[in-house]
Amino acid sequence: MVDPASVSDCGANHAGPLVSLRGVTKVYDNGVAALGPLDLDVRRGEFVSLLGPSGCGKSTALRLIAGLNAPTSGSVQVAHRDSEARVGHSIGFVFQEPTLMPWASVRENVRLPLKLGRMPTAESDTRIAGALAQVGLADFADAFPRELSGGMKMRVSLARALVTDPDILLMDEPFAALDEITRFRLNNDLLTLWRDLRKTVIFVTHSVFESVYLSQRVIVMTARPGRIAAEFRVDAAEPRGEEFRTSAEYAGYCRSVSRALTPLHQGQPIR
Amino acid sequence: MSKEQTPPLAPRRDITDQHARLLRILAPVAVMAVTIGLWSLIVRINNIQPYVLPGPEAVFKTLVDDWQVLSNSLLVTLWTTLEGFVAAAVGGIALALLFNQSKWVEYSFFPYAVILQVTPVIAIAPLLLIYLPQQTAVIVCAWIVGFFPVLSNTTLGLNSVDRNLAGLFQLYGASRLQTLRYLKLPAALPFILGGLRIAGGLSLIGAVVAEIAAGSAGAGSGLAYRIAESGYRLNIPRMFAALLLLSVAGIVIYGLLALVSHLILRRWHESALGKES
Repeated sequence: MVDPASVSDCGANHAGPLVSLRGVTKVYDNGVAALGPLDLDVRRGEFVSLLGPSGCGKSTALRLIAGLNAPTSGSVQVAHRDSEARVGHSIGFVFQEPTLMPWASVRENVRLPLKLGRMPTAESDTRIAGALAQVGLADFADAFPRELSGGMKMRVSLARALVTDPDILLMDEPFAALDEITRFRLNNDLLTLWRDLRKTVIFVTHSVFESVYLSQRVIVMTARPGRIAAEFRVDAAEPRGEEFRTSAEYAGYCRSVSRALTPLHQGQPIR
Repeated sequence: MSKEQTPPLAPRRDITDQHARLLRILAPVAVMAVTIGLWSLIVRINNIQPYVLPGPEAVFKTLVDDWQVLSNSLLVTLWTTLEGFVAAAVGGIALALLFNQSKWVEYSFFPYAVILQVTPVIAIAPLLLIYLPQQTAVIVCAWIVGFFPVLSNTTLGLNSVDRNLAGLFQLYGASRLQTLRYLKLPAALPFILGGLRIAGGLSLIGAVVAEIAAGSAGAGSGLAYRIAESGYRLNIPRMFAALLLLSVAGIVIYGLLALVSHLILRRWHESALGKES
């Protein structure tokens, strides 16, 4: 696990960025260069989307930030809140699939991060109830994952990521497998949560429309190895809602982001 | 969330479902009845003597008359099977956990587990009987036959953990023990139960094989020994009766383990869910 590159945690530094990537590259064992070099700063409370074609290393970047993989070179820095005897973790991760334990009830699935942090049951019960209420699943604590719809499973996954009260929420194409109606609802709910909780969100997606709708900043990435091709600031009036989704302003943003994405596909077979 | 509408054809489908289920029970029963009838008929028409081929009535009569002897032997064999099964379950799961903790242990020892499995137990039994006390040798035989399916299934299960779930455990800093207890073991449970279901029947086979080997060495009182003994005495009806008991024991063991497996998995695993859900 010893790597030339470093993944370091530094103390709370409110002035600097919360997440900072410097010259990060990732080459997998099979020789595939997946990422970089990539430089990226994310401020506290920001909602940033990484947008790009399949296999452009967006998910890799997310896994590096989470510390699930080590970078081949470069540095990944995540500023942590002072560790005031906090159970759990300052990072919450939501995968493309709900990634729930099928043998455990919704409550026990959401409890997992707290249980791994050895929080007493009584205390974790309160937090689980809170997290489930945030995602609108308060009545489903005793259900099993297979009894839930795809959208509800994703909500459980989101509750599990929120239950530790993390600073950063990393989301890896979380709504890609859902139907459009469910996706729109979850988009709105996620925006509400983000406004209320003021988390920092790094959201990976391959949907132009989703990225523009959700984020303050859209980062368009090139095909493998993934680099930053373009960056857009979406300065729409908050709070965003369904009016924004149908506005000319929104369509304009989508058009320019799409245009930045288009050259990336040229000369490549469409997947 | 959304309630599905009941299809208008549902009641009729229920009836056909019930018919299908009834047929699945009745068909094998009918086959058995016909077979027993034919067997009885052939024995009577040809006037075959009981020491050549006893009729079903004679077998049943022996089962009742010799119940004292046979039931004692059945208990002996079942007890051996149980001991062998428990040893196989504990040994197989423990070994799989050990293999899972270290790749080198797995690489070093797995070939020997395979060798033990592919060498016919009937060939090992006489040797074991030389070196071990008879009761121990019989249990070891039952264990040898039974432990491999538990080992290989548990290993498969422990290696089938969802990659993202494993990543999640890593993210939240789970210890090795926590990962084992909250992730790997539950994920492997359906596989382990499948292995145990196979091991149950195999333990019975192992016990019987060892008893037969031991029986020819002169002692024993299990059902397999009764079969061998009755063979020497040309007490063919008793051989059939003992064989019948062994078959029933095997079926009951399988049924019990399948039931336990179903009860444990019914809330979450695909294998235990009805096809409609």
